[in-house]
Amino acid sequence: MEERLEKILSCYDGKNFELIPILQEVQHEFGYLPESEMSEVAKFVGLPKSRIYGVATFFEQFKFTPQGKNLVTVCRGTACHVRGAKRILEEFEDKLNIKEGETTEDLEYTLGTAACIGCCALAPCVMINDDVEAKLTPKKVAKFFSKETADEI
Amino acid sequence: MKFSEIKKRADDEWKQLQQSKEPTLFIGAATCGRSAGALETKKTFQEEFEKRGINANIVEVGCLGPCWAEPLISIVKPGGPNIFYKNVTAKRATELVEKFIIGDDPLPEFALGLVGDKGDYDIPVLWDLPNFKAQQRVLFRNFGFIDPTNINHYIANDGYSGLEKAISMEQTAVIEELKTSGLRGRGGGGFPAGRKWEAGLQAKEKEKYVVCNADEGDPGAFMDRSVLEGEPHSVLEGMIIAGYTIGAQKGYIYVRAEYPLAVKRLQDAIHQATDMGLLGEDILGSGFSFEISLFQGAGAFVCGESTALTLSMEGRRGMPKASPRPRTTEEGLFDKPTLLNNVKTFSYVPQIINRGGAWLSAIGTEKSKGTAVFALTGMVNNCGLIEVPMGLTVREIIYDIGGGISNDKTFKAVQTGGPSGGCLPKQFLDTPVDYDSLKAAGSMMGSGGMVIMDETTCMVDIARYFLDFTQKESCGQCTLCKLGTKQMLNILEDIVDGKGQPKDIDILLEIGKAVNGGSLCGLGQSAANPVLTTIKYFREEYEEHINEKRCSALACKALISYCIDADKCKGCTICAKACPADAISGEKKEVHVIDQSKCIQCGMCLEKCPKKFRAVECVPGRLNEGGK
Repeated sequence: MEERLEKILSCYDGKNFELIPILQEVQHEFGYLPESEMSEVAKFVGLPKSRIYGVATFFEQFKFTPQGKNLVTVCRGTACHVRGAKRILEEFEDKLNIKEGETTEDLEYTLGTAACIGCCALAPCVMINDDVEAKLTPKKVAKFFSKETADEI
Repeated sequence: MKFSEIKKRADDEWKQLQQSKEPTLFIGAATCGRSAGALETKKTFQEEFEKRGINANIVEVGCLGPCWAEPLISIVKPGGPNIFYKNVTAKRATELVEKFIIGDDPLPEFALGLVGDKGDYDIPVLWDLPNFKAQQRVLFRNFGFIDPTNINHYIANDGYSGLEKAISMEQTAVIEELKTSGLRGRGGGGFPAGRKWEAGLQAKEKEKYVVCNADEGDPGAFMDRSVLEGEPHSVLEGMIIAGYTIGAQKGYIYVRAEYPLAVKRLQDAIHQATDMGLLGEDILGSGFSFEISLFQGAGAFVCGESTALTLSMEGRRGMPKASPRPRTTEEGLFDKPTLLNNVKTFSYVPQIINRGGAWLSAIGTEKSKGTAVFALTGMVNNCGLIEVPMGLTVREIIYDIGGGISNDKTFKAVQTGGPSGGCLPKQFLDTPVDYDSLKAAGSMMGSGGMVIMDETTCMVDIARYFLDFTQKESCGQCTLCKLGTKQMLNILEDIVDGKGQPKDIDILLEIGKAVNGGSLCGLGQSAANPVLTTIKYFREEYEEHINEKRCSALACKALISYCIDADKCKGCTICAKACPADAISGEKKEVHVIDQSKCIQCGMCLEKCPKKFRAVECVPGRLNEGGK
């Protein structure tokens, strides 16, 4: 078993109800839910693999392909929607050259959306990793990327 | 340690801060403040203080409410009032240090208001401002004033004294206080909290659970996040009192993983409360033990429903159970009696115990007691978090507290209750906001999202938006919810794409009624509400889309056109260069023209046309090919 997985599982007893917290930790550690790890988790909690996948695919949080180093989550909440979230998403799609739900080839960025990130009063907003950027305009998005790229260089 | 000793220590620390000989800076650092740049502002203050050798206290606090004024800070100079400043960017921070902290000019032009002795200050009293006057801060009393990461701040402001009192009371007496208070569940359902707790106490099992529903999933709502970030201890205290009252030893908080700061605040709060003996074994020497763990929701809206929530905590798919079924208070988490309440419901409890149930029941209307918390957002000037007595009208909320519609536009609709609620038009502006009046009007109280829409919001598009949401979030076990919402979504997409048929409205109504009638859980039973209410109140917009192929709100791309005003165009060529479809032609310094057959209505030309020209216009309907 992969060492990282062993370390995660060592904190649990293998009870059924521990499944979701375990999957969350695996995803946090590996960036997604790799198939081999899923088999080990299934054995560990004593449930068929079908059941593990049944649960994992039910929840938005779990991903089955490698995700980008940076997660860009455009909020699609009602307040953001009426304040132009669609246009913001388009700008991100344009700048990253990927569609919603996709990851850039260099695994730098994954572009996702969330039902609401709860920052409605400063709509439209986006979550970049754990930070919220608010009151976005297409211009601000463009600027954000020139800043990002400049920082990287 | 005895509670009196804990309290004394906390009071001393709080007093020390109040009587500090140094200036104190409070920074609103909840998610809303941070996203507006509060942490950069804080850094600037720190750097300025260091550079100038100023000793000052810096305290991070929760959200005061007016998110529109973020980054929001307040400054107390020794002996002076607490002055709140709005939109304090790094530059303004430097100015405040120079002029006010070092100098004596309180810069009234940047101030929002003050709390405390007004003296000679040319700054209004915060609570007298129209934005605050109609509000009543019960749940929010400490928001923006105490450090949520410091348990002593909470204790010094009556925190945990409700718990101390409750554990000396009979369990039934606690329930009586709740019943007297008239508190109804704040998650949206509005079930009387006292009755639910009584059922929890009466459940015969030895093993019982208390679960706090912090899976705030309604798009457009962030009240629970603000409570968790601004005063997490009030939620813990409410849960501990609940554990004592029904005889449970274990509590869980089901919190969204999308709220990382709230999760962090709760984790810290649990540690602090445990360290002080307010949580864990033998609480305050009473013999009662209770522990609280966090469970992070993995992102499924339907898990806000009680049975779906407990199922997902058991490691299963969150699919609501069929009714009739035993109540959660009889058979909930791990099939044991479970008391499940919303964040805000728990947060009210300590104050109800402290001040008595009659105190809360004196606020509000006959059937809806206490205050209501709303996240006021959308096209309104003062977006933010508000707390009002139940029964205030929608008009008072929008125009007095919200400062009216932004950009001088006009009100079109108010949306409450999230994807399960409805959109109410202007004839409902004078409806009192309480559980029963909103329901009678065709919407619902919900958990507190209130999104204001103006004439730039297309109601067909809004209905499509909500259906898209519900359709994705449907758990899939009821055919009508799973397939009915998909059918409705397809029809709505056709309408906004300009492919609507006259019979579509009737089909939407028919499927909508079937979806609401043929689904097991609250999500499905209300899934069609956004469509049904928009058809009921804004039918003419549907007809305009279908029959005239126009979108007056200019929101549906397929039903609008862009054109260039020949009198205003100076031929700067910016729009032509920006157009991704190569639809704009024209020589330099000559009038440009949009070829409607090539135009993809992306709006780039309008966005890029220099403000001094404003030559590009967006109009409803599709222009004939070739343009104006």
